[in-house]
Amino acid sequence: MKDLNQLKKNLKKDFSGLKMIRVALLCDSASQFLVQCLRGAGFEQELNLEIYEADFDQVNQQVFDLSSELYQYQPDIVIIFNSSHKLLLSYNKTKTDKYSSFASEQIELIESIYTSLTDNLQTKIIYYNYTEIDDSVFGNYSCKNSSSFLFQLRKLNYELIVLASQKANLYICDLSSIQNSVGKGNVFQSSIYVNTEMVLSIDILPQVAARTLDIINALNGKFKKCIILDLDNTIWGGIIGDDGLENIQIGSLGIGKAFTEFQYWIKKLKHRGIIIAVCSKNTESVAKEPFEKHPDMVLKLDDISVFIANWETKVDNIHQIQQILNIGFDSMVFLDDNPFERNMVRENIPGICVPELPEDPAEYLEYLYKLNLFETVSVSNEDAERTKLYQIEAQRAVVQKLFTNENDFLESLNMQSVVQSFNKFNTPRVAQLSQRSNQYNLRTIRYTDNDIEQISLSEDYFTFAFTLEDKFGDHGLISMLILKKENNSTLFIETWLMSCRVLKRGMENLVLNTIVSKAHENGFTTLKGEFIPTSKNALVENHYKDLGFEYNNGYWLLDVSNYKNKACFISVK
Amino acid sequence: MDRSEILEQINAIFKDTLDNDEVTVAETTIAADVDDWDSLTHIQLVVAIEKHFKIKFTSWDIQSWNNVGEMMNTIQAKGI
Repeated sequence: MKDLNQLKKNLKKDFSGLKMIRVALLCDSASQFLVQCLRGAGFEQELNLEIYEADFDQVNQQVFDLSSELYQYQPDIVIIFNSSHKLLLSYNKTKTDKYSSFASEQIELIESIYTSLTDNLQTKIIYYNYTEIDDSVFGNYSCKNSSSFLFQLRKLNYELIVLASQKANLYICDLSSIQNSVGKGNVFQSSIYVNTEMVLSIDILPQVAARTLDIINALNGKFKKCIILDLDNTIWGGIIGDDGLENIQIGSLGIGKAFTEFQYWIKKLKHRGIIIAVCSKNTESVAKEPFEKHPDMVLKLDDISVFIANWETKVDNIHQIQQILNIGFDSMVFLDDNPFERNMVRENIPGICVPELPEDPAEYLEYLYKLNLFETVSVSNEDAERTKLYQIEAQRAVVQKLFTNENDFLESLNMQSVVQSFNKFNTPRVAQLSQRSNQYNLRTIRYTDNDIEQISLSEDYFTFAFTLEDKFGDHGLISMLILKKENNSTLFIETWLMSCRVLKRGMENLVLNTIVSKAHENGFTTLKGEFIPTSKNALVENHYKDLGFEYNNGYWLLDVSNYKNKACFISVK
Repeated sequence: MDRSEILEQINAIFKDTLDNDEVTVAETTIAADVDDWDSLTHIQLVVAIEKHFKIKFTSWDIQSWNNVGEMMNTIQAKGI
């Protein structure tokens, strides 16, 4: 990780062309270095963070004065860093009979900050939780005594979790877990604090910035979706082809324990919706044997969406995995114990994340925990089903090869779609789809649950959520549209996106037929679309052109009065 | 370590921290003499010097210096 000085050097570089995000930073301690770190670290991730830095210790003044610079700035994201040291000062000044209600009063204040910001701005809020300070007034007894500072601080951190789970636009940046990981002596430097009011040490600032950017990236749809695993000495000890089923190390004894615990971690990620793929230099039947027969294997073949074991290069095999899954390389993590394979993959597949696994498998997990690779800003029930969806996709790829005529193939799939407007049942998935879709996405606008709910309640919009099911299985909700009533005659397509799992099914024809008919029913004559290019969505560059829209002054227009329904092999349920 | 050697190493730290190869400090140099040596950079310099010589300054130390030479006195007093 780059240090403060290296990140500062980024500030002189050319930010033009990078994605711009407006950030407001409100701190009750000195924040100049944090600003530099955030902006410098943002550059590393191709983000241009335009940061408004509020004056020192003006959090409440900025938030509760609706005419403050904060509100004029109209930030996309507000970062609030109230430090434990200021919290302790505030506790120190509290009357003794109020100690026990200290955390409750603080959380009420934080909730009112949230309310004021979200009522008056379209913004997400990142709030830093509190690093622990034990003032040692009660010793261990502080864990038994609600009036102690430590009791109140820990309670406050817990209440923050509860609040964030209730408030759609509140995200907690887990500063406390950074301190737990590296120790208070590394997070806080007393002499610097006394001289400057800075509560974070110079060495820890890049980590804090990285952790903050993890959230900002996830909010912008940039996160990991897939883990690709090597097998020998990565998920079990030893080499299955040489050592044989009985001699690989896995289970509760010795070094096998490290691999077992590693597999449990992978399994939890799978349950959370991360796709698991295998890429191993092995004979396929030999590679699969432990999954089928070893009693101590935690991972089963069922957990793996794509299983590739052969003697081709890993670079070729990862390309094949990418084609089946249809997700970007930058959303993939490749884990392999072999430095040679890691380098080869890293050098030949731009964007893929290849962690430098430690030599000792006992250290795999601790190392991976620290990287915080799997940040997300939402979870949905469908996440857990994702493995199955991709397994089915691999089967479909085989069947498709049997048909030479594409229409015959599409017809044979018996595809059906359910079309609904947004409602409280599909809202989480709709929001999530807007955050995950990068390629088939015309304008790449990200929505939270709360945004979707607002839109579904508004009179100004028509909304559509499409599912797709075929004879092999159910893809679930895979496409969404938001149409805005621009005037009496024109509907503007604010969002049109689709999961790439269902490319080349003719879904876009069904969608267009559906929205044209909606336009007709409501007396609109023109559909207006827009393509906003990103680094990911070249796939849909000609989307509107191909569908018969005409280019006009930056937009794509379709006169719906003469529209003839497009051929489509998907029936509406 | 003799003073000229300490001064040489401090100069390298200044160049790196201020990201400016032109910077040179002498024992009599004060913050106002050097572009970009503000209170914020001062903290970065202090931490970089601590790390380089593997020493820790106290809050008193940090407040007390009037020029580079006085900082060097502190460094030497810590056994460098």
